[in-house]
Amino acid sequence: MRTLFWELVAGVTGVLVLATVIGAILGARSGGASATVINLNQRIRAWWAMIAIMVIAISLGNNVTYLVFALLSYLTLREFITLTPTQRGDHLPLVVCFYVLLPVQYWLIAANWYNLFAIFLPVYGFLLLPVLTAFSGDTDHFLERITKIQWGLMITVYCISYAPALLLVQVPQ
Amino acid sequence: MNILNVWQRDFLLSIVRLVAGAYPVWHQAPPSPTQKIYFSNHTSHIDTLAILAALPRDVRAVVRPVAARDYWDSSDLKRHIAQKLLNVVLIDRHRENGGNPLDPVRDALRQGHSIIIFPEGTRGADVLPQPFKSGLFHLATEFPDVALVPVYLENLQRIMPKGAIWPVPLICKVHFGANDALGAGEDKPTFLTRMRDAIVALAPPQRPAG
Repeated sequence: MRTLFWELVAGVTGVLVLATVIGAILGARSGGASATVINLNQRIRAWWAMIAIMVIAISLGNNVTYLVFALLSYLTLREFITLTPTQRGDHLPLVVCFYVLLPVQYWLIAANWYNLFAIFLPVYGFLLLPVLTAFSGDTDHFLERITKIQWGLMITVYCISYAPALLLVQVPQ
Repeated sequence: MNILNVWQRDFLLSIVRLVAGAYPVWHQAPPSPTQKIYFSNHTSHIDTLAILAALPRDVRAVVRPVAARDYWDSSDLKRHIAQKLLNVVLIDRHRENGGNPLDPVRDALRQGHSIIIFPEGTRGADVLPQPFKSGLFHLATEFPDVALVPVYLENLQRIMPKGAIWPVPLICKVHFGANDALGAGEDKPTFLTRMRDAIVALAPPQRPAG
């Protein structure tokens, strides 16, 4: 299992080294004038950072992996909500998304509680959020507002959490 | 400032970045540690922290935020943050001590510090700032050599609306405008309107809500 992991790391590193060399050659040929090549090289460097973070997280054990993905979900949800026009009345459901639903979803993986993990957000989360919005007393565009928050939670927390949840799968040796 | 307080300050600002982003956007000039009066729209209690978090370290070192004593002097934790970590210039908004509320700010400017002030005087709930109070005009008149820098905080009114206990994490951008100054013979209402417009000009185009 671990050997397979390090083979994967070696493969990914090889691809990145190749990409870095190609990026350097392209950069030298264009003399730093091409915006496309500069952008390409920035992206290659970002991939180095992403791979480094994931390799460190995965090699430090499952709980660290869950934590890194929880942080990733947090940053993604923050980005999603920033771009989504929300109103004053959405404050409470948003706070609950960030500080309750997101941590509980990842805790359920760490607790190896798959049955609740699979339905916690799409069933209980989806029922709880409209209730919290109703508490604000602001019912303008109620369904639209609820849908935006639920959709954001689904994409950025529920879907992303399935990646580390793969660690719950028992792979036959 | 001793090393423990520096660590606490860096930790506090890291938390602010994790919750509020506080990405700096330099519209005209790049940051520089020369003496300045930063003035900004005011929508929440973390405005001051967001501006400090957005400034580069060398610029932040000479900046003192101006804030109300009745809020920052109300508990031991707030007092510690205000006095030991942020080096806040505390002012009495209600003139209960008889002195001019701006006197501590004048002292800080005379000592060469840059300051952060919120010329609306109170927190607003709107995207754009309310009309300015006259404090900024008096400071600009008395300290003509100190550059005035407009700052627009984008999204912070969504992070922590008035009355909220927990902040919603959102990406806030801190827009810094060009250095400005009081014009020759410019009167108070014209100046204050022009300064407010300088902040409004930094705001990104409004999208319809909902």
